[in-house]
Amino acid sequence: MNRREFITRAVPATTLPFLLNGYALKAYGSSPIIDALTSAAFSTNRIFVLVQLVGGNDGLNTVIPLDRYSSLSAARSNILIPSTKVLGLTAATGLHPAMTGLQSLYNNGQLLVIQSVSYPNPNFSHFRATDIWLTATDANVIGNTGWLGRYLDQDFPGYPGAYPTPAVPDPLALQISSVVTPGLQGPAISMGMAVTNPNATYFLPGGSDTPPATPAGHEIAFIRQVAQATQTYTTSIKTAASKGKNLSTLYPAAGQNSLADQLKIVAQLIAGGLQTRIYVVNIGGFDTHSAQVTATDTTLGAHATLLGKLSLGITAFEDDLRLLGAQDRVLGMTFSEFGRRIVSNASGGTDHGTAEPVIMFGSKVNAGIMGTSPVLPATPTVNDNIPLQYDFRSVYASILKDWFGASPTELQIAITGTITSPLTSSVVSSGAIAGVGSGGNQPKEYSLEQNYPNPFNPSTVIRYELPDGVNVRIDVYNSLGERVATLVDGPQGAGTHEVNFNGGSLASGMYLYRLKAGSYQETKRMLLLK
Amino acid sequence: MRRRDSLARIATAILGPDEEERVQGTQKQTVGISPFANKSTPAVFRTTAGLEPYAGPWTLTQMYHLLRRTTFGPSKAHVDTLKSIATPSDAVDLLLAPQADEPTQPLATSTSELVPVGSTWVNALYSNTTINPTGARITSLKAWWIGLIVNQGLSIREKLTLFWTDHFVTQMSTVNDPRYSYRYNALLRHNVLGNFKDMANAITQDGAMLIYLNGTNNVKTGPDENYGRELQELFTIGKGPLVGPGDYTNYTEADVKAAAHILTGWRKNQNVDTTIGTQTGYFDSTRHDTTDKTFSADYNNTIIKGGTDGQAELTAMLAMIFSQTDPDGVNKVARFISRKFYRWLVYYVIDANAEANVITPMANLISSNNFNVLPALSALLKSAHFFDPVNMGCFIKSPIDFIAALIRQFSIPIISTDVTKQYATWYTLAALTASMDQDIGEPPNVAGWQAYYQNPEYYELWINSDTLPKRRNLSDALIGNGYNTSGGKLQIDPIAFVKTLSDPTDPNVIVNEASQFLFAVTPTATQTAFLKETLLPGLPDYEWTTEWAAYLADPTNAAKLSAVKGKLQALLALLMEMPEYQLS
Repeated sequence: MNRREFITRAVPATTLPFLLNGYALKAYGSSPIIDALTSAAFSTNRIFVLVQLVGGNDGLNTVIPLDRYSSLSAARSNILIPSTKVLGLTAATGLHPAMTGLQSLYNNGQLLVIQSVSYPNPNFSHFRATDIWLTATDANVIGNTGWLGRYLDQDFPGYPGAYPTPAVPDPLALQISSVVTPGLQGPAISMGMAVTNPNATYFLPGGSDTPPATPAGHEIAFIRQVAQATQTYTTSIKTAASKGKNLSTLYPAAGQNSLADQLKIVAQLIAGGLQTRIYVVNIGGFDTHSAQVTATDTTLGAHATLLGKLSLGITAFEDDLRLLGAQDRVLGMTFSEFGRRIVSNASGGTDHGTAEPVIMFGSKVNAGIMGTSPVLPATPTVNDNIPLQYDFRSVYASILKDWFGASPTELQIAITGTITSPLTSSVVSSGAIAGVGSGGNQPKEYSLEQNYPNPFNPSTVIRYELPDGVNVRIDVYNSLGERVATLVDGPQGAGTHEVNFNGGSLASGMYLYRLKAGSYQETKRMLLLK
Repeated sequence: MRRRDSLARIATAILGPDEEERVQGTQKQTVGISPFANKSTPAVFRTTAGLEPYAGPWTLTQMYHLLRRTTFGPSKAHVDTLKSIATPSDAVDLLLAPQADEPTQPLATSTSELVPVGSTWVNALYSNTTINPTGARITSLKAWWIGLIVNQGLSIREKLTLFWTDHFVTQMSTVNDPRYSYRYNALLRHNVLGNFKDMANAITQDGAMLIYLNGTNNVKTGPDENYGRELQELFTIGKGPLVGPGDYTNYTEADVKAAAHILTGWRKNQNVDTTIGTQTGYFDSTRHDTTDKTFSADYNNTIIKGGTDGQAELTAMLAMIFSQTDPDGVNKVARFISRKFYRWLVYYVIDANAEANVITPMANLISSNNFNVLPALSALLKSAHFFDPVNMGCFIKSPIDFIAALIRQFSIPIISTDVTKQYATWYTLAALTASMDQDIGEPPNVAGWQAYYQNPEYYELWINSDTLPKRRNLSDALIGNGYNTSGGKLQIDPIAFVKTLSDPTDPNVIVNEASQFLFAVTPTATQTAFLKETLLPGLPDYEWTTEWAAYLADPTNAAKLSAVKGKLQALLALLMEMPEYQLS
């Protein structure tokens, strides 16, 4: 991809108002990684979901190093999870007992744990550490919120211009949040949009409680209507929300688990065909300085509740994506601004620390555990912290490279500072590595991709790859197994191919499409929603 | 200007509450009106309170309300002063106290001028053969005026100066000699709390008005009716329902002609181009119709003796107009101006209660005080009606309100050491208000800004899909990277702002005090939670306290500053983006 293409792709993201919560705001506004993610993602149908655990998650009680259990016992006996209760992943590593769902995902090959992620000279301030993570800078560099603005200002004088366009109808990044901040602050103009609930009448900064029946309330209602009508992506988001239906029954009732509620909205928007590439969600409360466990049972308490919500939210989300046929298109990642101290304090909690485990999830994730268990001192003191094994910017670079197929040039622009290289092994399973948009390379194996958009109305695109010239046939079947269309039938050359399917004459419902190419066969499902 | 050319929509501001219908046959302007604006005036219940003195609590809620309506947004300093005032009555007295005349005059900052940079041009030559400074002087005058507004004292004067320029309207661009416009502006500012009848007399002879409504061309050989009409229709008695051919209840077309004849001979100074300090009107008896003038039955068939004393005839005519009463005995002119004050200071809907218990007693105060407006305004601002909670927050800020309040609420510094840069900054503010449909010194026509008279939209005319994003973009820029002007960058310092709050270490105090200061309505519990979440996402309160303390202990540490500043910027940006911020 050349620079001009990169710029073209990048525009929609930046014109987009992302709703970033207070944290994210400033940080995302200047975030090279978000910018590069959105630009790289533009040419694919892949989606990335970032889950922020706000407050600093206690990684040692989340991903538990069974092979360091004696050191762990010495360091934090008052909050120690009994080894018999730990949910084993491997002999050396287990999960907090509240995370049965994530254990299942691991066993299904849908979970990757990256151990001890941090950066040199870690910062212990919540706000500053969050900014470092989100701006992807060296710790001693204050991210310049104007970076994006200056970038746009040079290449797109006159922004915000005429977005959205028919080619780029939807926001490229969206935060499910109530907050709009000066996030994507350009040199003269801010772009911000928050969607707490895409089914609501209004998406407005500060929410949309019913105004009082007073003269002032009358004017609030009026201004809200005007404000709503001026928001750029209102229509496309509301359309997607009205079309999209959640299919999983695993979600808890609304209001019980804010993360699950947010992820449910993300799935709904994906199901509704929103072409947004990046979603950001968050759950707070991880700042467990005291009473992170109950005194009588260390497997219960505030931290266990949070991890249970995290596990259930992700599990329900993945289940929903599977039922929606979108599972293979979505990669997720959790992070927190820092981990917590090795040694617990006397009030049954843990103080601010450094390195933490990052968890990635999705059907295409390169499942497993990357890295070794954290090395704990034999006689740990309150000053000891977990040494880093992986720089967070390497994780970012790997997502860009492995999931979105970003070029080295794009990585250079996105990832700054002293650490810019991807991890040595992929975060995405082989066969799922994106080649789309990188151009020219002949496929190494047969593959049939998930149609896009999906659900669709009335047309959708099916993409497939052929390593050799071969006879190809693609048929579409309804849910009774009756063939309703034949899209391709004949010899085709090696390469990446696309075929369009128009369901305009068909009823809403689930359809199957099958690729036969030589001896290769693959069938996938797609949902026509009229 | 020919009023019929410019006056596309004449309002019914002068009609009674049961008569508020759009005048038949007038062309409704559609560009710029939000499709969501009122289709009829809202019928929500208001209050039965009247002009009786307010006897409730005197807290920040009432102080903010009083300052929002009588000044251009509360500044911290003015709030602090009010806190030391014992009663709302005392506070109103302070706001209405006589002010010394504004000592400053607009200064030249342009090289296209006949006076040096930093000197005033108000008495200087109009032009010479090579330089025409008109444009530069209009720019200077608008900048100076905005400067007075953003630097206003604890007084109602600037609010009422703008009010009177929306009443006795002229437009700088039409007058086209800023020296006249300056004198007009100074005349109104000097008299904001003065005698309405005297103002009508003075404005009739004002050079800017004589130009704007063609009085200077009104001669006996062919009287120009423009000013004679507007004096009655818009400036004094008001136009009532059409009750007969050419009869608007309060006056007739014949009265327009009679008034025009009375006013023949008043001229702007013809030697103004070369004579210093004579930008005034004068009476030229040779151009005056000396015959007797007969008015209609609406004026009790009054006959005003003709002669060569123009002032005597003008005085007699004003006495006639100002003595007319409605069938209920209320003076018509006093009622007319009371209603206009109400729509500027309280709310745009005048319901039956407001008419009976606020407007009528105000009008009686005005007429019984020989048209001195101070007692009526004092009573209004001290009234139970004014301080009733339903009358708080129901005012949509005009663009000038909005922008001046941004500067004043956050004490955004404007350079004062370099007059050229200072005027450039002030003019940028004036240009911003103009971009939001309120060009200071240039009301759209002789009826003034439509937001104060156009039924049923009223203030909602200020907000549409063009102006609302402009307001938001400006507040976003000010709280973000700043708004650049040729005089320097305008930028909110969120750290300085939060330090003015009672306890910056407590995130609840920050959210509550900032929203109370910036909003004229109380946010809901959900909104308050949103705001708190913006400042302190997912964290316990003490983490804010910790980070704030870390910053205070090491204020030059960029990382620590960045940590708290970013959060405060996010909070304040959200507050200003919320629809509630548009209310006053």
